[in-house]
Amino acid sequence: MTSGAEQWGRKTQFRRGVPVARALLLLALLLGLLPVRPAAQDWFRTGTGLGVKKIRLALPDFAGPAPGSSLGTLFNQVLWNDLEYSGILEMVSKSFYPLPASWPTAPSQLQPAAWTAAPVAAQMILYGSLSQQQSGLEVHAWLNDLGNPAAAPVLAKIYRGNADPQDIRRLAHELADDVVQLLSGGVPGIAQTRIAFTSTRSGRPELWVMDYDGANQQQLTHLGTAALTPRWSPDGTLIAFTCFEPYRGVLSAQICIYSLLAHRLLGFPRFAGTTSSPSWSPDGRQLAFMGSALGGTQIFVSDASGGHRRQLTFVPRTVNTSPMWNPRTGQQIVFVSDRGGSPQLYLMNADGSNVVKIDLPDMGYVIDPAWSPNGQLLAFSWRRPGGNYDLYVMDLASHQLLELTRDAGRNERPSWAPDGRHLVFESTRSGSRQIWTMLADGSGLRQLTTGGENFSPNWSWH
Amino acid sequence: MREGSGRKAAWVVAVAMLALLGGACKKKVQAPLPAAPPAPAPPPPAPTVSLKASPTFITRGESSTLTWTSTNATELDLEPGVGKVAPEGSTTVSPTTSTTYTITATGPGGNASDSVRITVGPPAAPKPAPGPSLEELFAQNIRDAFFDFDRADLRPDAREALTRDAEFLRTHAQIRVTIEGHCDERGSLEYNLGLGQRRADAAREFLVSLGVTADRLRTMSWGKEHPFCTDHNETCWQQNRRAHLVMAQ
Repeated sequence: MTSGAEQWGRKTQFRRGVPVARALLLLALLLGLLPVRPAAQDWFRTGTGLGVKKIRLALPDFAGPAPGSSLGTLFNQVLWNDLEYSGILEMVSKSFYPLPASWPTAPSQLQPAAWTAAPVAAQMILYGSLSQQQSGLEVHAWLNDLGNPAAAPVLAKIYRGNADPQDIRRLAHELADDVVQLLSGGVPGIAQTRIAFTSTRSGRPELWVMDYDGANQQQLTHLGTAALTPRWSPDGTLIAFTCFEPYRGVLSAQICIYSLLAHRLLGFPRFAGTTSSPSWSPDGRQLAFMGSALGGTQIFVSDASGGHRRQLTFVPRTVNTSPMWNPRTGQQIVFVSDRGGSPQLYLMNADGSNVVKIDLPDMGYVIDPAWSPNGQLLAFSWRRPGGNYDLYVMDLASHQLLELTRDAGRNERPSWAPDGRHLVFESTRSGSRQIWTMLADGSGLRQLTTGGENFSPNWSWH
Repeated sequence: MREGSGRKAAWVVAVAMLALLGGACKKKVQAPLPAAPPAPAPPPPAPTVSLKASPTFITRGESSTLTWTSTNATELDLEPGVGKVAPEGSTTVSPTTSTTYTITATGPGGNASDSVRITVGPPAAPKPAPGPSLEELFAQNIRDAFFDFDRADLRPDAREALTRDAEFLRTHAQIRVTIEGHCDERGSLEYNLGLGQRRADAAREFLVSLGVTADRLRTMSWGKEHPFCTDHNETCWQQNRRAHLVMAQ
């Protein structure tokens, strides 16, 4: 069945008119020549929204709530940071701006010509103020299209919260997300998303969460064994992960589910052998995971509470793991299998039928597939023969590849942000395993963790 | 004369009685000889069963071997705690208190049973020269199985180690074992959890093929999360690619 399916896959590829030799030559060129300019590639542009011309945005500091306020400084830092990292904006350096005295804090103070002239040459401007009210803190924000100065602001909104650093961060993130959504054709920003991960900073590997920018790092579990491979449920209320729990007196890998609403673990059935790497279906109703069977491990699917367990792969004495549903359709599952000798990527239908190997130019060791939110791209980690683990992005329709990391330690476990423009991953480039984010073209690297070892990051769905 | 005729009469009676008795005897012996009318089938033979224990006196923590044979039985039940057994066989038990084991044979011909009592004494007082404990024996005799990078098939040295392990485990039938699969740090976290399970499964399968009862062997995988050695070189990696046998409690 497998080989038949593989044949089918090859045939399809052939019918698509990509002669194998030409495809290989193309890949060799892509992989051999650096730097590869992702902006030059249509498939990457349509897959990620990156590589299009960025909008030049001016962001003069928001005034208030009091002169020299540390809350005001924090707000301006977080807002700038969020917008700069969105991947769709070119933040015009403040050194080009007119004198601060003329920075607007309300529409009546805006002088468009001062912001459109060189060297600012901004297309949009975001401005406003913070003020302390009886009910709490208010942020008044406006976004104007400088190319159309007579028009009403694109955004005019009041954000309310408490006058504390935690809430100030939230207000800045909310505003940033609104701006990004307006300027990126409706794709929501990611400033309020979160990242689940494993950290050893308190001893054994435990489950942690943090904001997308590394702020508010919080320990969730204190299991004392190992909490690995966390995955957010689509609605963001649960995190499924691999834990080590006793089954008939033997401590073994099992699936645990942490509820962020109840702040505790929910029940899940226990099984003999190894059960690990849970992954949610996009409707949140099912989990795919690895379980022991046939002298190895196979992919299983169950409902979200572990009932109705069904086995999807049946190749004896092989490892089949790291399942992930196509997050857009839920119709296909990508997974890792060593049925061909070394770990490689395979696709199958969500019922286990029609298994197809994803062919790469040389074998190596291919792991950690991560499907982009729009279903078009796969990110994965590839240890090429004689090389280290590096991250790649593949276009599923054409099988074209982009190399995202090189000569910078081991790079593993990519996970897409919901905007499809960012990836979080683990890397040893700093000397220890830490969590980093970057834009999906490999630029804009940011290290989010430092203490202990931090790994297995997973980006929330919203 | 009167006396004589009287004596004669008594003799005649005696002879006649003898003749009668003789005839009766003869008749009894001869009766089966002519083909008997078709009778109901002979009743099925009754089952027999015998159960022995060796030794019949143990101290707590020791074990005794129960051996049984049976005839004409279709089902044997050995209680307490053993359950259905083969017509002939033996098993090891480690009762913690004195126990009477009863084997019941059931067949078409009825039931039969046999019992044996194993007396359990308190653990022996500190012996002057105690032999090695089970844990010590386990540590002395059990060897782990080592693997090549990204492989779960058993190398010759792994087969050799596991063959010795199987021998030890067959002669120490009370020991249960957890087989832990381990991997070196070069593989990926998720894949190594699976690879470690494959290694544990391969070791278990081999031990079972050598006669170790499957239900004494449990498996689990630590992947690369519990290394024996944390240096970054092949000597160390080899230490971490193994199926590690642990005595279960």
